[in-house]
Amino acid sequence: MATFKDFRNNVKPNWCPGCGDFSVQAAIQRAAANVGLEPHQLAVISGIGCSGRISGYIYSYGFHGIHGRALPIAQGVKMANQDLTVIAAGGDGDGFAIGTAHTIHSMRRNIDITYIVMDNQIYGLTKGQTSPRSDVGFKTKSTPQGSIESPLSVMELALTAGATFVAQSFSTDLKDLTSLIEQAIQHKGFSFINVFSPCVTYNKVNTYDWFKENLTKLKDIEGYDPSDKKLAMQTLMEYNGLVTGLIYQNKEQKPYEELVPGFGEVPLAKAELKLSKEKFDELVAEFM
Amino acid sequence: MVNQLSWKVGGQQGEGIESTGEVFAITLNRLGYYLYGYRHFSSRIKGGHTNNKIRVSTKKVRTISDDLDILVAFDQETIDFNFHELRDGGVILADAKFGPKIPEGSNVSLYSVPFTEIASELGTSLMKNMVAIGATSAILNLDPSLFQEVVQDTYGRKGEQVVLNNMEAIRKGAQYLKEELGFDRSDLYLEKADGQKRMFMIGNDAIALGAIAAGARFMAAYPITPASEIMEYLIKKLPDLGGAVIQTEDEIAAATMAIGANYAGARAFTSSAGPGLSLMMESIGLSGMTETPLVIVDTQRGGPSTGLPTKQEQSDLMAMIYGTHGEIPKIVIAPSTVEEAFYDTVEAFNLAEEYQCPVIVLSDLQLSLGKQTVEPLSYESIQIRRGKLLNEELVPEAGNQGYFKRYEITEDGISPRVIPGMKNGIHHVTGVEHDETGKPSEAAANRKAQMEKRLRKLEQIEFNNKVHKNDKHEEPDILFIGYISTRGAIEEAMERLEEDGVKVNHAHIRLIHPFPKEEIRPLIEKAKQVIVVEHNATGQLANLIKMNVGFADKIQSLLKYDGNPFLPNEIYTQSKEFTKQGVLF
Repeated sequence: MATFKDFRNNVKPNWCPGCGDFSVQAAIQRAAANVGLEPHQLAVISGIGCSGRISGYIYSYGFHGIHGRALPIAQGVKMANQDLTVIAAGGDGDGFAIGTAHTIHSMRRNIDITYIVMDNQIYGLTKGQTSPRSDVGFKTKSTPQGSIESPLSVMELALTAGATFVAQSFSTDLKDLTSLIEQAIQHKGFSFINVFSPCVTYNKVNTYDWFKENLTKLKDIEGYDPSDKKLAMQTLMEYNGLVTGLIYQNKEQKPYEELVPGFGEVPLAKAELKLSKEKFDELVAEFM
Repeated sequence: MVNQLSWKVGGQQGEGIESTGEVFAITLNRLGYYLYGYRHFSSRIKGGHTNNKIRVSTKKVRTISDDLDILVAFDQETIDFNFHELRDGGVILADAKFGPKIPEGSNVSLYSVPFTEIASELGTSLMKNMVAIGATSAILNLDPSLFQEVVQDTYGRKGEQVVLNNMEAIRKGAQYLKEELGFDRSDLYLEKADGQKRMFMIGNDAIALGAIAAGARFMAAYPITPASEIMEYLIKKLPDLGGAVIQTEDEIAAATMAIGANYAGARAFTSSAGPGLSLMMESIGLSGMTETPLVIVDTQRGGPSTGLPTKQEQSDLMAMIYGTHGEIPKIVIAPSTVEEAFYDTVEAFNLAEEYQCPVIVLSDLQLSLGKQTVEPLSYESIQIRRGKLLNEELVPEAGNQGYFKRYEITEDGISPRVIPGMKNGIHHVTGVEHDETGKPSEAAANRKAQMEKRLRKLEQIEFNNKVHKNDKHEEPDILFIGYISTRGAIEEAMERLEEDGVKVNHAHIRLIHPFPKEEIRPLIEKAKQVIVVEHNATGQLANLIKMNVGFADKIQSLLKYDGNPFLPNEIYTQSKEFTKQGVLF
């Protein structure tokens, strides 16, 4: 049985000291071990930006793709081999700017992968520009007078896009985050976890202290029920999206792979490629 | 008696013009004739002139003909738009309903046939198409009962009565022409065909069948003209084979999803046309940099931007060879016939895995949508070659938290490959420059070594028949060079030039990139002049040839970019014109 240490490698992350992403890395490693995975059974597919480097910092199969496209790559991996556990990971620029279309369509498609966004409300690697998650009035290099665009309400977006597992966490809550990732991996279908992962260098507003002050844990809200989508939407609006925990889960909806006719007994990666002569002749005859 | 003729049916889009052509063509194909059909259509669902031109011959034909023998018209626009194509002595069969007129003084015979009226009497005006087929059969001296089988296949699911009515419509059409109009011209009787059963398919069918034969079991694509038939075929066939097609949100998702599936060990691909390929450029670079196999089919149409979505063009060439930022190894192959479209698609999947790079199958609208009789496809020739993909048992022990050298520097530049899930194969993949284990690295020496390794892979590329050659003359006056669907028109123009005493050789390039310098150079060397025939405005193929082998002073471009395919006569006449102008010889 692998332990979280087996998911560590000897690469030193190039994240700034204090970056929230360290905890996300640790949480993925712990969750993977806790659900009983071996490193070779896990594929981490990441985007571009500081957070995108995460696929190189976990000892497992890793694919560091192009900006905004971690999700389609990850879905392709899962379609080719459903025996693999696939985690897509990236930042708020990846998921909510350049790759927003993929985020929405992955949610409604519901292929069984887990998507973790390290949301720091800023573009860090390009040295401090506004993000679609930045608050109105947020001053950055690209918004010197303060951002005038509304931030995207991603949790509400996930609910309306048809996501079947919607959760949010804060990177310092390592225990809660690990547990959510475990649940997400075990969920049959697309799982989305947005993690507030503060940028200590460029975001001086949404700091660790700011989140501690402003976040509410769903488990502290009396009567909260993650199977109730209406309640989930209401709560998100009430708390301006600043809640953590499992927001919504639909356990009834089958994942995409199970709904494709004829798909799936043998993973495509292990399937026989050559057509039989009979099948070939049958296909040819249809054109005569 | 004729051994070949051209028939065209025209009317408004959405009026059943396509199915009329289908019933006519499939029947003749089953009788053993060789056919070549080309549709004129617009980017709209209903309305607008559309036509289906079908050439029928007792011998193999590879393109549309210059002129037209028989035109079936359901409206005046069809006559006005197509009249110029009719040869002297040609025939128009027009629906009496619209009061057809033709220009005075022409040597074309117009026959008004009450297509709609006869059909309505039989129950529904929808069958006017069948009446027209019947009238056509009378001209060609074909018995109406020959259409029974195809009518049954086409309308059987609507019930026996519908089949009976449609057959009656065909008979009535034939009868009207013979008995009411007294039509009988033995010069238009069609010679008997050999009765051989052959396939009748569009290039996109062959590409789709090729992909399935190659073991492609996953496809991600976004609908676009003229590529959609490929994904539609796989959507129909993959459930039986355990695979899946995902219609993605855009072409970026399509290409990257295919990359993900290939990385994970499936054979996966996407297909699109110019606008989609433009969106895929960054993904193509990712495939090249991460050495992940990827097959993309580009069915070229009129560009730039939305351009001419339903028209013929070959203007993506340079973009397909050089498109994507930075420098990667890439293979571009360009089949010139439906048969080659099948074999080259199978080969594309082999090359993608052997050389671990993107492979583009370059088609064009005429090849992709032109429907033609196809010689038998060989099952025995289908090979599955996966290159340096290792069996799990052969992957050496990785050791404690060790990484597999996925990007190992090797002599031929190709590294052993593993797929996720293999116990000892753990490695990292990134579009960032990386070392042998896939770890990001900016070190100058590593950069140079990895760059050279990737580019070295294609130095010794093996590809069967890189250039289709007809080099029978030692010192030809003209060497024609073309690619993809211009092959038929060039071959027919050659025949006519040869009859005039001009010595002509022909090279049709099948492996576009890496460019087959060694094959092309000697062909150009011995030719007095080279005419490069292509469907674009800037002579992209001609420039590519000059860039690779020189001979700029010998090369003359023959270009067409009005959206319509080259006709043999245009190539013949233009080549003669070049001669007169002293451009040649």
